Amino acid sequence: MLFLPVLIPLISIVLLIGFRHSLKYQQGLSIVSVFAQLFAAVSILLKLSGNGHLVAQAGGWPAPFGIGFVADYTSGLLLLAVSLVAIGSVIYSIGFVDFDRQKNGLFLLYQGLLAGVNGALLTGDIFNLYVWFEVMVISSFVLITLGSEKLQLRASVKYLVMNLIGSMLFVAAIGLLYSQMGTLNMADLAYKVRLQPAPPLVNSAIMLFFIAFGIKAAVFPFFFWLPASYPTPPIAVTAFFGATLTKVGVYVMLRFYSMFAQLDVAFWQPVIFVVAGLTMVFGVLMAASSYDIRKILSFHIVSQIGYMLMGIGLFSVVGLAGAILFIVHNMFSKTATFMAGGLIYLYKGSYDLKKLGWIYKTKPLLAFLFLIPALSLAGIPPTPGFFGKFLLLYAGFDGAHWSITIVALVVSILTLFSMVKIWNEAMWKPEKITADLVAKKVHPAAWMGTFIVVLLTLFLGLTIGYTYDYFAEAARQLLDPMSYIKAVLPETP
Amino acid sequence: MKTEILKIAAAHLKPFLLILSLVVLYRGHNEPGGGFIAGLLAGMAYVIYAGAFGVGKAKQLRLAKPMFFMGLGIGIALFSGMIGLMNGAESIFTGVWTTLTFGTYSLKLGTPLLFDLGVYLTVAGMLVKIIFTVMEEDV
Repeated sequence: MLFLPVLIPLISIVLLIGFRHSLKYQQGLSIVSVFAQLFAAVSILLKLSGNGHLVAQAGGWPAPFGIGFVADYTSGLLLLAVSLVAIGSVIYSIGFVDFDRQKNGLFLLYQGLLAGVNGALLTGDIFNLYVWFEVMVISSFVLITLGSEKLQLRASVKYLVMNLIGSMLFVAAIGLLYSQMGTLNMADLAYKVRLQPAPPLVNSAIMLFFIAFGIKAAVFPFFFWLPASYPTPPIAVTAFFGATLTKVGVYVMLRFYSMFAQLDVAFWQPVIFVVAGLTMVFGVLMAASSYDIRKILSFHIVSQIGYMLMGIGLFSVVGLAGAILFIVHNMFSKTATFMAGGLIYLYKGSYDLKKLGWIYKTKPLLAFLFLIPALSLAGIPPTPGFFGKFLLLYAGFDGAHWSITIVALVVSILTLFSMVKIWNEAMWKPEKITADLVAKKVHPAAWMGTFIVVLLTLFLGLTIGYTYDYFAEAARQLLDPMSYIKAVLPETP
Repeated sequence: MKTEILKIAAAHLKPFLLILSLVVLYRGHNEPGGGFIAGLLAGMAYVIYAGAFGVGKAKQLRLAKPMFFMGLGIGIALFSGMIGLMNGAESIFTGVWTTLTFGTYSLKLGTPLLFDLGVYLTVAGMLVKIIFTVMEEDV
């Protein structure tokens, strides 16, 4: 049951290899697979209510020895969000990506990426987490290079080197931790760390983990690989990356903070706040100075990661709920803006704001599709971005963390500025060159994928009154790691 | 490097390497060995052949279908995880064991070996796929 979110993409990979000569079957199968993952995520979430935590042990080996999967509300909600975005992304890719790339394994790699993401969200074992991260890195690496354009290959080197360094630190930290504690089961570790003061090397291991996840999540000062590599593959792929890769990095930070770093708040809280603030500011400043839609949006990914980190640092019910809501909102809004940007490219043949113009005049619907998620990123009600920021700022003022909260407010204004910049330049400005490399027929699937994700964004914003309870419950679970430990190791006192 | 010595050696090494890889695969259950290293050995049989005769010839070999074997391998590995479920276990990847006996000789089989077979096929397929692709671009 808990293994389904990983098994479905793996089985799909086998089937996709079997159908590798027929694009139609591959497309159909991918859509079926992402809907099956949605079903699995929903059923896990439904089963969670009343249970608190779901635990499954592979091979039936008992907890600290075997590898277990654990679901709580945080992972359940993120699983659901990932599967929803995956539906939009797969449909969008059918319409957007050229046939060569589609035939050469695009859908297969999507499923590989999904397997890695779902596994990382669910696993309760640190080494297993590392394996899922590698699955993600390998799939995403091939996705970045798929098509072998010169720019792509250059970007992929940066991506791979940075991610391998991250993985190396990750493994080093795992080795260090295992030598000190003799276990890698998260619940077991968290329990042992709480029983007695941990040996000093454990703190070094946690610092190494923080850097490794920081690289994966693209936080300051490790973010530079992201804007260098994300804009190069087809924007459908970038959209999917933006929704999955960095967000899993943030999720793992959230989990580790709740499990381990929480014990030493006096040290970790300032570190997280400083990193969060710098990530926000640098990301948004770089975005404000770019003139390529893909670059602007990629820098915004970085900037928004800062808000999620801020929520982790706040570590109160409202702050954490805000952080998780922010992760989900970013998955939707960011992907939607990327997709709308891709549609602009399909019609106008460029991502360069200086060349674009008059979208609002010629394609009002497209302008509208871009506007909703862009406003959400900037934080205008009733979009989910507003509620996410509101919760974070509320928690920030509530906990009297003035400086980070004020930084977050200023960065919101800058975010609004750069979204308005895209709007002014691409939608309202008169078009300078009347480019007619344009307006071929766009595959309806590209429109449909964008619609789906934009609707998800709106839906999340409008139903926040109902969904907030889930986010708050997730936050409460994170604040009480003993409930996680007891769910995995029932014998603990 | 297209020498006659290498050609003759490669043609004869191929079956030996394949058999050796199967031995290493089975041995891996209790001793050093296992699916990954056996897969590399099996892949090497084809890589050496391609080195001696060229990729074009190697691709015509009967078993040189790397994508097929990668898919089959992942499929077998996943299937080995399901067998326990069919036998009523609670979780996937629960081990199931049998012993085949031929007279005095007995063969211990179980789902871990099946899983290893999946790894073996996947690794062999992947190695052949990568090396063939790289060698093709070289020419």
